[in-house]
Amino acid sequence: MLKIENLHATVADKPILKGLSLSINAGEIHAIMGPNGAGKSTLSYVLGGRPGYEVTEGSVDFDGQDLLDMEPHERASAGLFLGFQYPVEIPGVSNVQFLRESLNAQRKARGLEPLSGGEFLKVAREKAALLKMDMDMLKRPVNVGFSGGEKKRNEMVQMGILDPRLAILDETDSGLDIDALRTVGDGINSIMRRPDKAVLLITHYQRLLDYVQPDFVHVLAAGRIVKSGGPELARELEEHGYAEIAA
Amino acid sequence: MTTSVLPSRRDEAWRYSDIDAVVAAWPLPAPESIIVPAGGKFARAIVQDAGDIRQIELVLGKGAAAALHILNIGGAYGRIELAVTLHEGADFMLGAAQIGGGAQNLEIVTTVTHAEPGATSRQVVRSVLGGTATGTYLGKVAVARDAQQTDSEQDVKAMLLNRSATANAKPELEIFADDVKCAHGCAIGELDPMALYYLQSRGLPPGEAKKLMLQAFVAGVFDGAEDEEQLQALALAKLGELV
Repeated sequence: MLKIENLHATVADKPILKGLSLSINAGEIHAIMGPNGAGKSTLSYVLGGRPGYEVTEGSVDFDGQDLLDMEPHERASAGLFLGFQYPVEIPGVSNVQFLRESLNAQRKARGLEPLSGGEFLKVAREKAALLKMDMDMLKRPVNVGFSGGEKKRNEMVQMGILDPRLAILDETDSGLDIDALRTVGDGINSIMRRPDKAVLLITHYQRLLDYVQPDFVHVLAAGRIVKSGGPELARELEEHGYAEIAA
Repeated sequence: MTTSVLPSRRDEAWRYSDIDAVVAAWPLPAPESIIVPAGGKFARAIVQDAGDIRQIELVLGKGAAAALHILNIGGAYGRIELAVTLHEGADFMLGAAQIGGGAQNLEIVTTVTHAEPGATSRQVVRSVLGGTATGTYLGKVAVARDAQQTDSEQDVKAMLLNRSATANAKPELEIFADDVKCAHGCAIGELDPMALYYLQSRGLPPGEAKKLMLQAFVAGVFDGAEDEEQLQALALAKLGELV
């Protein structure tokens, strides 16, 4: 589904990713762990097409399409979802209106009819319930006045509504208390654990992986994947720290 | 307000105006006069969509209330000028949006005189400017010597879509009483690039993402207007031309 080859990227002319390669197949959940400054968030933004993140070498293929050649909204329509580490507050723009317009823009790009207000609300209600989020919060301006945990839950509700094929979740577990962590973990499993979907979890800690069992774990250090393994690698990292493994 | 002498850019109230357009329209017709009697209520929505210089004198009697909603969007030069006089306990509300692109020059110029005690005035003005357009708000609040317990507010914001667009904003206070509340706030900015990216990452094309943010930016000014929906729709259509 996703094939990253020898990816090099810079932010403000500073090289961050230095030859990263990674393949993700449909039906797989991958976790990327790594110390601060390794390039984890840069990887998620490069894949999401954030302006200012410049690819200097390498390629990313998403279902046979050149991902790097696509605008951010085209990547979304192609089935990519980026869960932000710091979801953005947008005063005055209601969550519901924003998500309905986004979903319908994606449907239009795929040649599907737009959802009516009623149809959309039915989907939104179902996903909000799944993530145990109050419907009233969905009617409020995007992330404004939300706590850190509520923002992350809102990201997962958005993921549920937009129903992507590949989700890249950048530290979705940070800022969550234990109950919220379980809810979010259950949400990821229920929305994304399908034979035709895949997930790339970016995290510092083992704890989210207790709820969302990865098939593969990779260690990112200094802009490259330095080690890959199964779920046991995450536990090793938790025990021994990055310094030993990444060295 | 009667403008009997052809103004020039040396006149503060015409400093940013398109003087050629003023010359072409000269002599200006007498200002429209609206008098709301004591205790009366008045509401109007003005859509300036063809290029026009419009002057209105509004007098509110004791305890009267008026709400004006303005959408200033049309023509090469569009100016709306208000002179409002408030008597005891009167209440004046202005909600205005001006949205311009190309080389449009749009302005809203107000003078609100609190002539007697206890009157309230609130002005909310939002400008969205693209291309090489200019949007100007000049707002003077004058409080007479005896007009104690005046409560006035000016809330003025402009959003520039290009570095080549211009916003002028000048709230001005002239206060001769000593027990008054006159608030004024003014901000000129650009759309937040991170918010735009966030919206696009969910599938909205760049133009739609900008439109959604701009719609939110101007939305509040038409709150409570009788033809709120129509004003919103016209504003949205104009925003759609700019993004």
